[in-house]
Amino acid sequence: MAFKRVDGRKFNELRPITAKVGVIPNADGSAIFAFGDNIAIAAVYGPRQLHPQHMQDPKKAYLRVNYDLLSFSVSDRKRPGPNRRAQEISKATEWALSPVIDLSLFPGNVIDVQIYILQADAGTRTAGINAASMALAHAGIPMRDLICSVAAGKQDKELILDLSKEEEDFEEGEGATDFAMAKVANSDEFTLLQLDGKIPPERVKEVLSLVADSAKEIYEAQKKALKEVVTHGNGSN
Amino acid sequence: MRKNIRQEYNEEDSETGNNEGFDDSQDAVSVKRTIVVPGEVIISGEDYLPGEGARRSGENVIASRFGLSEVAGRAVKVIPLFGAYVPRRGNVVIGRVSDITFYGWMINIDSASSGFLPIEESPRFISKEEMDQYLAIGEVVAAKIWSIKTKGIDLSLKGKGLGKLEGGFVFKVIPARVPRIIGKEGSMVNLIKEKTGCNITIGQNGWIWIKGPDMDSEIKARKAIEHVADQVMVEGLTDKMESWFQENK
Repeated sequence: MAFKRVDGRKFNELRPITAKVGVIPNADGSAIFAFGDNIAIAAVYGPRQLHPQHMQDPKKAYLRVNYDLLSFSVSDRKRPGPNRRAQEISKATEWALSPVIDLSLFPGNVIDVQIYILQADAGTRTAGINAASMALAHAGIPMRDLICSVAAGKQDKELILDLSKEEEDFEEGEGATDFAMAKVANSDEFTLLQLDGKIPPERVKEVLSLVADSAKEIYEAQKKALKEVVTHGNGSN
Repeated sequence: MRKNIRQEYNEEDSETGNNEGFDDSQDAVSVKRTIVVPGEVIISGEDYLPGEGARRSGENVIASRFGLSEVAGRAVKVIPLFGAYVPRRGNVVIGRVSDITFYGWMINIDSASSGFLPIEESPRFISKEEMDQYLAIGEVVAAKIWSIKTKGIDLSLKGKGLGKLEGGFVFKVIPARVPRIIGKEGSMVNLIKEKTGCNITIGQNGWIWIKGPDMDSEIKARKAIEHVADQVMVEGLTDKMESWFQENK
């Protein structure tokens, strides 16, 4: 293929993945996940009692996700604190993760997931979901499966995976498309589809199969990180 | 008097079946343990019976939590290695008094909801005026979970080895590792008690209280317990702890 990406990757090549579990001693579960320069850290607390009490659900636990960019994660300092965008991504992450978690085991409780982006370089929500999925497993929460997330996209007419900031800002031709997705690792279910830009309906299937393939790579990285925390002994606390 | 009672607690605890989860037991059937992540296939075959933390999907038995999978004969289960404490009725926990109300004490047991210890559940009669003399805010207590309701957890001090823990110190381990520290019928904790001469009370919530004749033996007991909690992959650890004590004199 004559088409070349800015950083010389193949069209379906992810940025180098780094994953580590057990990075926050005070949390019940924690993980760090990075696609190249795009780094997310996640901490899970709970299940614990939910306050305010009127939000408690007597049938199941509440998964409360808080996603935010840290002020130094982007080149123009971000004003600290949640904004509309962070709220939206928190909610989308919550929906992406909750299908695999058995929330009915902890009625009236809350599972708190905190996701912070240490360094942003496009696709922060996907890195955040991957980190959160590992952190939830690390916290011993009963889960059906892990969640793997990656963004697909289109640069002019070419399909690409895991866009960097430079590719996301591409404006020539049809412009850039950013299509964030999350997939259940060992099944064909998708739990997040967020399209920004445009893509012909007939190509969506193609994108889904591309993402399904690279989700395996992410799953292996997550699995390896989770197993390492046991074998390499991460302290008893 | 209470000291003697407390020493018996761990034996009693394992008899009452509080020590489910993993210990050092090596039964007649061969036991195979591997680390699994959620969604991973533990074993294939129609014959196996998925237990706690495992489920069946067609041919395969699949892990539904992160931990150590254990295939013992036909039974398959996943033993958790990490996570917050989830209270269960009958558990002995160690907590700290966080408040005194008209009817009893609020106890922080480091779990989803805080515990309440009613005044009637103390082993002897206490009038409302002397509540803070019996248990003051900040003091540490070993109590049994009497009931779990949506409102909260009720505790009791009526039982062997329960009551205020005076002197010594309290530290935390991952609650999922507690069965490992107790060992089969209390074998591990008894070994540590024997070798260090310390009094040890283990709460299922992962809080451990140690009081020994001197500071050195207390620290040694703590190190031994943390070592046991760390060595999750080692089988037959009770025997290996003997040599650990030889090395770390």
